[in-house]
Amino acid sequence: MASTVRTPHPREKRIIFRNIDRPGWTNDIDCYLRDGGYAELKKAFTMKPEQIVNEVKASGLRGRGGAGFPCGVKWGFIKPGGPKPVYLICNADESEPGTFKDRYIIHQDPHQLLEGTVISCYAVNARLAYIYIRGEFPLGAKILERALVEARQHGFLGKNIFGSGFDCEIYVHRGAGAYICGEETGLIESMEGKRPYPRIKPPYFPAVLGLYMCPTIVNNVETLCNVKHIVRMGGAEYAKMGKPNNTGTRLLCVSGDVQKPGYYEFEVGGITFGELIYDICGGLRPGRKLRAVIPGGSSAKVLSVADRYKIKSRQPDGSMLEKEMGLEEVPIDFDTLAAAGSMAGSGGIIVMDDSRDMVWALNNINEFYAHESCGQCTPCREGSLWMKKITERMVHGGGTKQDTDTLKSVADNIAGRTICAFGEACAWPTQSFVAKFRDDFVAKSAGKENGNGLR
Amino acid sequence: MSAPTELLNVQIDGAWHQFPKGTRVIEACSQAGKFIPHYCYHPKLSSPGNCRMCLIEMGMPKPGPDRKPEMGPDGKPVISWIPRPQISCAQDIAEGMAIRTDSPLVKECRNGVMEFLLINHPLDCPICDQAGECHLQEYSVEFGTAGSRFLDEKVKKPKRVELGPRVTLDDERCILCSRCIRFMKEVAHDDVLGFVSRGSHTYLTAHPNKPLDSNYSLNTVDICPVGALTSTDFRFKMRVWFLKETKSICTSCATGCNTIIGTRLNTIYRQTPRENDEVNSSWMCDYGRLNFHYLNSPERLQTPQIRERDVLVSSSWKSALARAGDELKKFANGQIALIGSARMTNEELWLTKKLIETLGVAHHDVVPRRGEADQILVSADRNPNTLGAQLFGITSENPGGKLSEIVEKVRSGAIRAIVALGEDLTEIGLTVDNLKKLSLIVATGILPNDTTRHATVLLPGSGFAEKRGSMINFRGRLQRLNRAVQAPGEARDDWEILRDLIQQSTGSNGIYLIEDVFRQIAEAIPEMKGLSLSRISDKGVQLVEEGEEATETPASV
Repeated sequence: MASTVRTPHPREKRIIFRNIDRPGWTNDIDCYLRDGGYAELKKAFTMKPEQIVNEVKASGLRGRGGAGFPCGVKWGFIKPGGPKPVYLICNADESEPGTFKDRYIIHQDPHQLLEGTVISCYAVNARLAYIYIRGEFPLGAKILERALVEARQHGFLGKNIFGSGFDCEIYVHRGAGAYICGEETGLIESMEGKRPYPRIKPPYFPAVLGLYMCPTIVNNVETLCNVKHIVRMGGAEYAKMGKPNNTGTRLLCVSGDVQKPGYYEFEVGGITFGELIYDICGGLRPGRKLRAVIPGGSSAKVLSVADRYKIKSRQPDGSMLEKEMGLEEVPIDFDTLAAAGSMAGSGGIIVMDDSRDMVWALNNINEFYAHESCGQCTPCREGSLWMKKITERMVHGGGTKQDTDTLKSVADNIAGRTICAFGEACAWPTQSFVAKFRDDFVAKSAGKENGNGLR
Repeated sequence: MSAPTELLNVQIDGAWHQFPKGTRVIEACSQAGKFIPHYCYHPKLSSPGNCRMCLIEMGMPKPGPDRKPEMGPDGKPVISWIPRPQISCAQDIAEGMAIRTDSPLVKECRNGVMEFLLINHPLDCPICDQAGECHLQEYSVEFGTAGSRFLDEKVKKPKRVELGPRVTLDDERCILCSRCIRFMKEVAHDDVLGFVSRGSHTYLTAHPNKPLDSNYSLNTVDICPVGALTSTDFRFKMRVWFLKETKSICTSCATGCNTIIGTRLNTIYRQTPRENDEVNSSWMCDYGRLNFHYLNSPERLQTPQIRERDVLVSSSWKSALARAGDELKKFANGQIALIGSARMTNEELWLTKKLIETLGVAHHDVVPRRGEADQILVSADRNPNTLGAQLFGITSENPGGKLSEIVEKVRSGAIRAIVALGEDLTEIGLTVDNLKKLSLIVATGILPNDTTRHATVLLPGSGFAEKRGSMINFRGRLQRLNRAVQAPGEARDDWEILRDLIQQSTGSNGIYLIEDVFRQIAEAIPEMKGLSLSRISDKGVQLVEEGEEATETPASV
């Protein structure tokens, strides 16, 4: 572990990761309290719950799990005074390939998460929260359990916290090793002791019919941590970080063909891919050229260095300005990446240089999604394995002329037609790889006819 | 009385329709003549929305600045279409909703789902038991393509899995629609089925050490849209397209589940439930469903027999009936008992009543059969027509209440002759020695038993699937049996036997058809006034208001 510890890059703005790899920092409550921990929780109790919701709305905080949905808007779906209890679930099922941020918060700064969670519970009037942690994080679960004991001992959890009259309890729930449990309704099913089959929406929107059919908020680890800082800074001050509609900081997990892969924290949109790769991550390996970037976890559509991106952005005077740019100039924020045809997703940035076989790379991704498809609905269940079988055959020299088109068509038949976003997650890589690197795919199967003679 | 249901306006493929609030989109489309293909959706079960076959395009009127629907140049609301296709099985209609069921996108979705379902499905329809009634086959014609783009190996899964004593599973044919799982959980209340593994390798199985042995297990076979779940009893016995279907009712208990009897060349191959929301929803119990094999028994009584020098010998109907008539005349009123059956049809029971009156029989009753109601479909009364037997006075409010007296009088010698209609007298407590002591036994029946073996005159009758007639279920619903097969050999319809027995004493009574019997009933019984046998609809007629005469907790389906 120690060998991977690095001091933050000067260009970073560490808020959520302030304590990660901090010299002398330990993950126990004493260390956290010495650093002023749980002050924001105390502050939160001086505010009314709806005030906190308003601050979070004003902050512009968008969900850090992948979809980027505005957190305050999500909280606003909970109608106060309803007859059913409200649950809050912290989604710590960090499973998207290329993403490794939440685990560091859990391992090194668990009390930041707990503080953010209790504040969020207070804001949405949830008396019970669960931290759903993926099965592959046994150490993280242990650390959280210990942190919960400490927090209870100090009265940050339990009955009548700080004499506020507010009761709150948090439990850790361990997953059993399925990617789909990161999908919020799949997660809820899993918590209810069932197979994590995502629910149909409508009618099962978690804010209305969530855990045990009660109103439920599901937030990512990083998102909940941000709430603490919004309470500290105030929503308006927080919103000054980043840029409009893309506020705050973002944890980026860089992997792939760079000299210094790792986790970084920047203001949202405060850095371009070029700056990230060359200035922060030490550039590519010697003699290599950048080929592509997957910007938001393996399900995000791949961006090719060969493309030009037309990005519209709102100017300070409110007008829209369209600018054409290369991949390396693209700033990393929610709206820009959406405009570039991909997404900021979970912040997992996978860099690929010109040594990469794009068919192999896609097959690697397809293998993952074929293995993780829950199998509930037809297009994803059958399509994800089919795409994997095609790319695997292509990788092993069995490609046929029709494969490239078939691949695209299979992906097109999945995206938008499934119960949950896994359909897109497994289709987007194929759609984008085939679109951006079509020649690579065609070359893999040149000259070979489809074997069955039917088409 | 509830208020009339609000009607909502819905646009389907450009045409406006009205449907009651609460109507599912898929049902609304169907009612508008736009059938939407589906696999996982079943109107009697919850909607998981997993098969994705019912995807349609959906939109709502676009609200204008004043929040009222924005009107287009054609004077109709402008529709704001949801960009993604939507499932039609899990959503109710809403005012102003617009639906497209035949757009290019919808067709593309259906083609896509069909292709996905088929890539790993065995394409061996010729040897699949579901062939001919397989939704995958049916929709392939409409929504599939002739060729396959799938070049790779199909997923291998377990075959010939005995999920329980009556259901066999082929996991490779399963399309994972989860209908069976939901049925077992939501209707049969025996949550033993589930999926294991994941992705395309997902397969259906029963919980370890918990077989699918519910008395409702075979309903999963009915609702399985493909050849995954098959009836161990029926599979590979007959191609379904050869089966002649006869609508009838089950006679294994007083519920009277509506059925379809599948036959070919005078042999019954299977019995399946027929939907009737007033009786059995879409289900029936396994016991009732399989309770027809005895009709195919080689032991069936096929010829009338009479006792000559203590041996039963075959006879003509004419001689047998004459013998019965002659012998019965020898006994005084108090010396004859009649044991009828609450398994008989109303028409038979009516004629039994006439026979009782003709012979002046003082002692008569039916054989009661009581069990426990299962709170689903099986009634505590295992006789299908106790209400009929009571209505026609063959038995009393307390069925079987007179049997002990009859047994006593047989033993004391006060009763010397018994007419046993389809019932075995040893079931009421008489011993074979008691039977031997009797001077006369006139018995009808379909299978041999101690009573038929000791009968003086034995008149072979018909089973429930071999005759027409009506019965009244425990909720007071009049329902009709229809003839699916002919009785074997010379066996006759029981109502004809009874008519002829009466005629031995009275001479011709003008009854030639079973309709004539029913006409007499309709004239005599106020509840049946104006009815005729053929006028009883396929789903029956409620004779008494629900609750008025029902004595049991009704089924929970």
